Amino acid sequence: MSETSLDPKTAPSFPMAAKAAMKDVQLRRNVAHATDVIRAKRARVVEEMPDWQELREAGKQIREHTMKHLDFYLEEFEVNCTRAGGVVHWAKDAAEAQEIVVGLVKASGSNEVIKVKSMTTEEIALNSALEAEGIHPFETDLAELIIQLGHDRPSHIVVPALHKNRQQIREIFMREMRLSELGDRPEDLADAARVFLREKFLRVKTGVSGANFLIAETGGVCIVESEGNGRMCLTLPETLITIAGIDKVLPRYADLEVVLQLLPRSATGERMNPYNSVWTGVHAADGPKVFHVVLMDNARTEILADKESRQTLNCIRCAACQNACPVYRQTGGHAYGSVYAGPIGAILTPQLQQLQYAQSLPYASSLCGACYEVCPVKINIPEVLIHLRNKVVEQSKGTLNLEATGMKAMAMIFRNERRFRAAQRLGRMAETVLPSKDGWITWLPGILGGWTQARDLQEMPRETFRDWWEKRCADEH
Amino acid sequence: MLRRIRAANGGASDGQAVRSGWDALARNYKCNGTRGPEARLQLLEGRLRDYDAAVSRSDRENLALNVARRLKERGVERTVIPVGFTAEWLPDGLDFVVDQGMTTAELDAFDGVLTEATVAIAETGTVVLQNIPGQGRRSMSLVPDYHLCLVWIGNVVETVPEAMSLLQSKAALPTTFISGPSATADIEMTRIKGVHGPRILDVILFD
Repeated sequence: MSETSLDPKTAPSFPMAAKAAMKDVQLRRNVAHATDVIRAKRARVVEEMPDWQELREAGKQIREHTMKHLDFYLEEFEVNCTRAGGVVHWAKDAAEAQEIVVGLVKASGSNEVIKVKSMTTEEIALNSALEAEGIHPFETDLAELIIQLGHDRPSHIVVPALHKNRQQIREIFMREMRLSELGDRPEDLADAARVFLREKFLRVKTGVSGANFLIAETGGVCIVESEGNGRMCLTLPETLITIAGIDKVLPRYADLEVVLQLLPRSATGERMNPYNSVWTGVHAADGPKVFHVVLMDNARTEILADKESRQTLNCIRCAACQNACPVYRQTGGHAYGSVYAGPIGAILTPQLQQLQYAQSLPYASSLCGACYEVCPVKINIPEVLIHLRNKVVEQSKGTLNLEATGMKAMAMIFRNERRFRAAQRLGRMAETVLPSKDGWITWLPGILGGWTQARDLQEMPRETFRDWWEKRCADEH
Repeated sequence: MLRRIRAANGGASDGQAVRSGWDALARNYKCNGTRGPEARLQLLEGRLRDYDAAVSRSDRENLALNVARRLKERGVERTVIPVGFTAEWLPDGLDFVVDQGMTTAELDAFDGVLTEATVAIAETGTVVLQNIPGQGRRSMSLVPDYHLCLVWIGNVVETVPEAMSLLQSKAALPTTFISGPSATADIEMTRIKGVHGPRILDVILFD
């Protein structure tokens, strides 16, 4: 798994990648264990909130309101952040964001950066861009460190290394930190990371972070985390560069009272995560002397323009949908071929690619709705999945498509009673030659075989409802 | 980019519409606590302990004594304190140094840090620190391995919304919400306390 590429442009389709992932027993065991634990913790702390549904509704409304007035709030953020001593940059896509960050790091006079875990920097593959310019990024979140040292890729939004168990992590640490001895208790491993990173925290002069929330009213930024690595990166360096999607903005400071209740309980199953940091621009004698914020579009405005799927932008990246998803829980994250895996990844990734890549992802779901139920801001993921499936079909119109042709033929048959009856008779005749077991057909020929690869098909009943009804009416007379 | 956003939203936002839209957002969640003072404190104690912080109570007269007892129990000899820390709460005979802009390496040489707090949230087991006298810079309460935080019971609220409305007027200050010692669950979802921030957090509630 160490060569996993999570570039949607080159990743294999989901069914192919999933098939390979399903064979990795260790991976499935690790993913199942981790998601079981988080789900149980989340359920416990959500249960103790009598106003959880009201909080979800408020979260949804705040996010919808923000997107509706995104131009206003981004400008307000820029004005207030600038007034507080921050420098705001705008990046239209990943390449522009990389270029800005690389330039800012160079200007800070450092060829190393310490990083807070950030999905946005994963989205734009910032580390490779930095390395290509001779800048060494040190990931400081424990899971991200495991990923970086293991030459691996994240498989979960909140717990990116959940696909690795303690023995695997121990091996990576011993090899990469050149340790001759190391226990495999989680405490031993965390200690090793503490020692390894402390020297970096005290030495490296430039920090790079993402953002959980940008507060328009104050120009402040909020980051939630657990380990204290975030606080180290936000307060010890001389220069701090924060990169955030334009969707991360929040209207007012008071809105934190909603998202700071929704996010920790949904993400890690904690009432509050150990540390939340809020800072506004540059503070005299407290933290970095230079502060930059890069506001990145990278296809978010295209999503905003789509009335039916713009709710995707309301996501606050808690990953509750990943933990709840019966598909993700079987395949793990890498099969999605994107840093955003699971249900949110299945709707976000294709849209970030403007539907030119990752077209198989909207189908990576049984539409069971578990994701919608746990979403803290009530994103109707199944609805967006169906909408995107429709778009994928629309997009392939004009090209020869067997499925579309089949569906058209089906529509023709269903519209006419005689054709429908004829098709039923034909079906009953045809199925007599197919292998079946206890009333279930396990194999279909040709392209229909795609259906029976993963499911069985129930045999047709000997008598249809129509036949039965007509016979019954005839008997009565 | 703003142009593209306006095109997607069918026009530019009007400030008045934005304000009235925000005012109209449904906020039917719990904004105020329902517990009495003692039940509120007990909730805070329980929630702090749940996430591995140790809590005790003290009356104001004996606060310095209890601070000394705590530091000795934890084997903390050299403690850094912020500018403006209330002098009468410092016990005699222990080594306290005021942070006048120390380097990170200097902070790293201390065993512990002693601070006050702006507000504590009972429901989530959280203490909130800001850069004001008695609470200090963000890095000061981060780098030393031990943190002792003194919370006046008058600053304890039950819910997150109550805390946010208290913080609103000082929103621009560097602010840190601390809920238990530094922790991680990145390895097999096993919660381990103490990664990069203080490995031990003690709280004393005083009246």
